[in-house]
Amino acid sequence: MTQDTNAKGAISIRNVTKIYDPDGVNVMAVDDCSLEIAAGEVCMVVGPSGCGKTTLLNAIAGFHSITSGEILLDGDVLCGPDKPKADQGADRMVVFQHGALFPWKTLAENVAYGPIVQEVMSKSEAMDKAHHMLAEAGIADMGNKYPGEVSSGMARRAEIVRALINDPKVLLLDEPYRAMDALTKSIMHESLLEVYDRTKVTIFFITHDLEEAIFLGDRVVVMTTRPAKMKKYLEVDIPRPRDFRTLSSNRFRSLVEETKDAVHEEAVKAFEAGEREMA
Amino acid sequence: MLSTRKLLKLLKRASEKWPSAEIDWEASDMNDTTTVTAHQQVPKRKKSKFEKAISSKSFWRGVVALIGFVIFWEICSRFKMWTGIEVPWIGKVPPPTEVLVAWSDVIYMPGYWESWYLSTGRVFAGFIAAMVFGIPFGLALAVNRYFRDIFFPPFEVLRPIPPLAWVPASIIFWPTSELSIAFVTFLGAFFAIVINVVGGAQSIDIRYLRAAQSMGATQWHMFSKIILPGTLPSIFTGAAVGMGITWEVVLAGEMISGGGQQGGGGLGFFIWSSFMGGTVPQVVVGMISIGIAGYLCSSLIRFIGARSMPWERLF
Repeated sequence: MTQDTNAKGAISIRNVTKIYDPDGVNVMAVDDCSLEIAAGEVCMVVGPSGCGKTTLLNAIAGFHSITSGEILLDGDVLCGPDKPKADQGADRMVVFQHGALFPWKTLAENVAYGPIVQEVMSKSEAMDKAHHMLAEAGIADMGNKYPGEVSSGMARRAEIVRALINDPKVLLLDEPYRAMDALTKSIMHESLLEVYDRTKVTIFFITHDLEEAIFLGDRVVVMTTRPAKMKKYLEVDIPRPRDFRTLSSNRFRSLVEETKDAVHEEAVKAFEAGEREMA
Repeated sequence: MLSTRKLLKLLKRASEKWPSAEIDWEASDMNDTTTVTAHQQVPKRKKSKFEKAISSKSFWRGVVALIGFVIFWEICSRFKMWTGIEVPWIGKVPPPTEVLVAWSDVIYMPGYWESWYLSTGRVFAGFIAAMVFGIPFGLALAVNRYFRDIFFPPFEVLRPIPPLAWVPASIIFWPTSELSIAFVTFLGAFFAIVINVVGGAQSIDIRYLRAAQSMGATQWHMFSKIILPGTLPSIFTGAAVGMGITWEVVLAGEMISGGGQQGGGGLGFFIWSSFMGGTVPQVVVGMISIGIAGYLCSSLIRFIGARSMPWERLF
């Protein structure tokens, strides 16, 4: 991978374990997980449902504590033995599973929220920039609409803009395009790649969709069923820029097949484990 | 329906003259296509609220239903006079025409309007006090764990006590019966508002809080820009419920306090004295007056709600 030397946003996840303790029953969500994400890398994480992918994301974002291990951002400890829970900060912006635009603010107000509360811009400056960035994302005339008035695709685009205006080092996406139809999804993918090409922000992207993972990612990480471990790393050696024609290339198809085998195995295990828990 | 068409044309002309009258509002009826087709040739223009209401089928269904109800009532009330058979319950109620006559008499009595004035004043006194104390109290309960641990248990013990059970205590607490009524009214609305605010604030999606926190929101920003607007719909629900309760409580309070020198009058007393004085049509006049007053109050709340929550109008 060729990276900018001054790119920021390298994440090191070192031997991270997370044990939940609901009702005195220990549930190990993440077991001794290690992962190095280079600055400016698009790292796609796939794995069966409930395997602990989101737990890992929450630990990086600072929503949850970790039980042991450490997570570093550009060499600085986010969380570790002395500090189980990372501080939440605008250097790691999250785009949530079902979208979390504030429904009581217009899209532009949503986007401007970060700079305003951080007091890095005046209100009018922030609004101007918000409108400008929304225009860049191709939704110029939607700025004054409320999230309830726009399609889910536009809302998700605005949410990514809301994250980017804070100039984060890392973008954490938790299945952002789930429950979207294939056509919208592919438009979303192209717009995300376009954003990535412009900003070279590090992307940590959780998904169930293997084709999505390979189409977007520099690397695909397959996780095992709970407790989550790294099962397989897959370098995606398809050159950028990629577009919809990539989807029909032979290399793409063979990578999908390769990942599918690994994920399917884990999905079966997860299903059987679920059966056992039921019994 | 022909007259409807005419009316529509008039309205259209009127709203073209005064475009400010165009208020976009929630579509209350989806199946108003039949009357809309005529408009579609007109260059794209949003229809006014009133225009929309009047061209919707459900509006006219409501009008027809109300008229039908009044006619039904008239027939049932007069049935005994015509046939000698009394319709149960409704037969004992004076027919709407008699009520109208009683009303036209009452309209010129200053006492009737004074009753309106007094009851409305009491409702708003209690209601506004309940909002002023209830909203911050509810938000504090939702936001601060220590506050909740200390104040929620006593609140939950006091909440199930019906407002009317507070009447004797209220008479002891306050020097005048006017204040006693206001206090009972306040209690009725207070509990409804608080419980809605707590519920609303606690059900704010955690993703909004996390997103705001990630973007660097301070405590104050979290409260003023996330929790408060997120709770607003519940605040208005609580206000609507509370408003209904205050009317109930005020009327009951007025009936109990009677027409004394201090806390007399009011629509509740109007009904009670009409009943004691033996004019049943006047009782019905009082009842309908309360219906209208309650409707006006809840419309006011809905109006303010729609104004202060533009994003809610979309759904």
